[in-house]
Amino acid sequence: MARVGVFICHCGENIGRTVDCAAVAEAARKIRGVVHAVDYKYMCSSPGQNMIRDAIRQHKLTGVVVAACSPRMHEPTFRRATAEAGLNPFLCEMANIREHCSWVHEDRAAATRKAIDLVGVMVEKVKRNQPLLPIRVPVTRRALVIGGGIAGIQAALDIANGGHEVILVERDASIGGHMAQLSETFPTLDCSQCILTPRMVEVAQHPRIKLYVYSEVEAVSGFIGNFEVKIRRKATSVDSSICTGCGACQAACPMAKIPSEFNRNLGPRKAIYSPFPQAVPNKPVVDQENCLRYKTAKKKGTKAAETKVCGKCLEACPIAPKKAVDFSLCEDTFVTEKVGAIVVCTGFDLLPMNQFGEYGYGKYPDVIDGLQFERLASASGPTQGAMKRPSDGKEPKEIVFIQCAGSRDNAKGIPYCSKICCMYTAKHTMLYKHKVHDGRATVFYMDVRAAGKNYDEFWRRAVEVDEANYIRGRVSKVYQRGDKLIVKGVDTLSGELVEINADLVVLATAMVAQPKTEHLAQRLSIGYDAHKFLSEAHPKLRPVETNTAGVFLAGACQAPKDIPDTVAQASGAASKIQGLFSSQELERDPTIAHVNETTCAACWYCVDVCPYQATQKKEIKDRQGKLVKMVATVNEGVCQGCGLCAATCRSKSIELDGFKDEQICAEIMAL
Amino acid sequence: MGNAIGFFPGCSLEGTAAEYRLSFEAIAPKLGLQLEEIEDWNCCGATAAHNLNHKLAVALPARILALAEKAGYQSVVAPCAACSHRLIVTRHELAENPELRKEIEDIIEMPCRGTVQVKNILQVLLEVGIDKIAAACTRKMTGIKVACYYGCLLVRPPKIMQFDDAEAPQSMDKILAALGAKPVEWGLKTECCGGGFSMSRTDLVCKMTRDLLEDASAAGAAAFAVACPMCQSNLDLRQHNVNAAYGTAYRMPVLYITQWLGLCLGLSAKELGLDQHFVNAAEVAEKAFATPPAPARKPAQAPVAAGNKE
Repeated sequence: MARVGVFICHCGENIGRTVDCAAVAEAARKIRGVVHAVDYKYMCSSPGQNMIRDAIRQHKLTGVVVAACSPRMHEPTFRRATAEAGLNPFLCEMANIREHCSWVHEDRAAATRKAIDLVGVMVEKVKRNQPLLPIRVPVTRRALVIGGGIAGIQAALDIANGGHEVILVERDASIGGHMAQLSETFPTLDCSQCILTPRMVEVAQHPRIKLYVYSEVEAVSGFIGNFEVKIRRKATSVDSSICTGCGACQAACPMAKIPSEFNRNLGPRKAIYSPFPQAVPNKPVVDQENCLRYKTAKKKGTKAAETKVCGKCLEACPIAPKKAVDFSLCEDTFVTEKVGAIVVCTGFDLLPMNQFGEYGYGKYPDVIDGLQFERLASASGPTQGAMKRPSDGKEPKEIVFIQCAGSRDNAKGIPYCSKICCMYTAKHTMLYKHKVHDGRATVFYMDVRAAGKNYDEFWRRAVEVDEANYIRGRVSKVYQRGDKLIVKGVDTLSGELVEINADLVVLATAMVAQPKTEHLAQRLSIGYDAHKFLSEAHPKLRPVETNTAGVFLAGACQAPKDIPDTVAQASGAASKIQGLFSSQELERDPTIAHVNETTCAACWYCVDVCPYQATQKKEIKDRQGKLVKMVATVNEGVCQGCGLCAATCRSKSIELDGFKDEQICAEIMAL
Repeated sequence: MGNAIGFFPGCSLEGTAAEYRLSFEAIAPKLGLQLEEIEDWNCCGATAAHNLNHKLAVALPARILALAEKAGYQSVVAPCAACSHRLIVTRHELAENPELRKEIEDIIEMPCRGTVQVKNILQVLLEVGIDKIAAACTRKMTGIKVACYYGCLLVRPPKIMQFDDAEAPQSMDKILAALGAKPVEWGLKTECCGGGFSMSRTDLVCKMTRDLLEDASAAGAAAFAVACPMCQSNLDLRQHNVNAAYGTAYRMPVLYITQWLGLCLGLSAKELGLDQHFVNAAEVAEKAFATPPAPARKPAQAPVAAGNKE
């Protein structure tokens, strides 16, 4: 015989204002099986929880219903209290009389009737609840970090310094990401390379970090604590175990006109190259698309190793007897690694050039984006840090910065703010003024958003000390006239049209998600928003987790972010992983699906519908090992308890623990 | 009806832009276009009506659309950019707002379901196909530099017009390039010419037209190609006013796309109405087909950086 206790919370006035909680308690007492019902102002408070604990002991309760807020908020609180009183926590349920009732209704009498119904429904469910025991799964205490920008570097170092192994996978030939491209950083104007490269070196030297550069994650399977990751190692044609990074091959390569991705196409690189001088690891790779020998081999249908074309890099390589440049290393290879947790740090990209016909971006060489300006201002850039414009190498005396190029512009499909542009544009005006003392920098802005420690002071300094000319308004058009760029805009504070004959125009183009991240997200079964930024589990309270257990986020792959925020999030993700790795085993919520193997008809609808690949096919064999039949089975470690399989199953052979058909039907019948 | 396209000339093609109509009707049969003038058409309201009365501004084009619908046309071509603009905007508004449509149908006493597609002249030409146009040509131009001027109405507002790139349109450039001309890259392709202010604020129109002339000639253009009577008239008719007001000496002929095309299809200057322009257009029509002098060799330049190559 069930003995259910019902506890009705006022939630201060949140519920009490609209629902007559005492009347609900009164009505609850009349429900069959309810032996105790009380109302209280704050059930989640310490005295409130004590009421539950005491009642369980005193009335020998077999089930608890707390009528209060959403289970998303306080279910763990009340289940813990229940467990502390010696009752299985899964015998405690919540009736949501706040979000589902008091907050959405005005009529007190009707809302009270509805609250009584909601309580009645939950009482019927609780009567049929079974005690559930947490599931334990073993944890592989190694982490995978995808992306070697500052987010990935920080996360990898924090996890490794915490004593766990890390696999760091980077797509390019070096780690460093976008931060390595920056000249100086706001709000302190310290050199980006100077603060980043020590971290990069630390990664390379760390005994617990295994670095895979020029590699990409090909496939991911498994579940929290037990992932298996297939990594594609792109062919480098260089034996990195013997290469010393002397650079002789790069100097010898005759392909001198390939636009350098690292320099945002503002300078050339070779076909055998390492992206920048401080690259980590400092081992070159051969770009097969542009290498003369590979191109010839492809045309002739032969192997590069057997093609006797060029080979200047091979000749130049001083390593003996076996050369480090090795054209037999021409095929991608694959490695498989087992990890317990994954941090996604794939970063951002900038809105493509073809989006800005009105600014002639992509058409006029002197209309560049913010990252290109960083390369122009950088000592390691194509101009060695001298302010020279791309078209003719002249020093620009009149420079215009256009903020919100794409950002906050629905016409470009980007309603969001890219967050970092106000600050880096202010920085750009300073860098420019420090190099071109007689130059004038004009900024067209919508608002200046400088929320951050020392941020507002920083942009004010750009205006007050470095004399940046800030104009509030937008630019309608940029077009070329002779060697000048005519910038037509409006000053919305004075209401006047502005026309500037500029030498260089810099667009603060919107930050967008890396195009390849969407594909990765699908492999990892993690969510992303309409703009392809990866979704965190909760926008405020779970900002580094994803909805797939064991997969975490850091950096601009989640949303536009500056370096301090990125580093903070990366450390946050790392500390989450330290927590996960703090024990050998992992406890999981036991509300998962189970298959009745005797009735399963092996139609595989459940396999198709599972978003987590938790339902799988299983062979049932007799003692002789002969196959009897195939059935579906649920991997306990992977199942998230969403219930899709149970709803889809045509023979009702799958049921979700805690949400069995019997329980759901009883809830409906109680209405 | 068959494959006939409903032809809406509009008032300007009856008057100031008579040569636009002349040239369009002359080239149409050579391109396999069968034009049928919509019977009993009325003025679209153009730039005047929508400043005065929204309902009038919608009812006038709606009546034209309804007539075309009744006649059973699949599509209607309105060579005047202002006309095609008004027709397309009206069709869009009626589709978005069923109440307005009902009201307008009561006013014009005809159903207007919006089944007729409205096209500007460039769309019609692109649908014929650039290859087919090039194949129909009996002679090709020899690299004359032309500034293709789209003006504001052909491409804007982009969400409603859904034609070409609103900021850097290319369709006219592509057609002219196929005819052997060298379209120049210039900055003001889609700037406003001053439109209907030609009479009331000639000073403003002169300034705006001056900017166009200045930028196109700085880009090396010898002539304009246009697809809008308003653009043509402001650039052509007002060119001497510009010269008088700013002390310039522009003599840039302004030809309709249909006239450039007609010349290549072997039609005479007279048949295309080239004699009806203010700035001598017949002259440039001859020059466009002359054998060009051997190109001078450019001095080698060494830019510091490879530039944007994406």
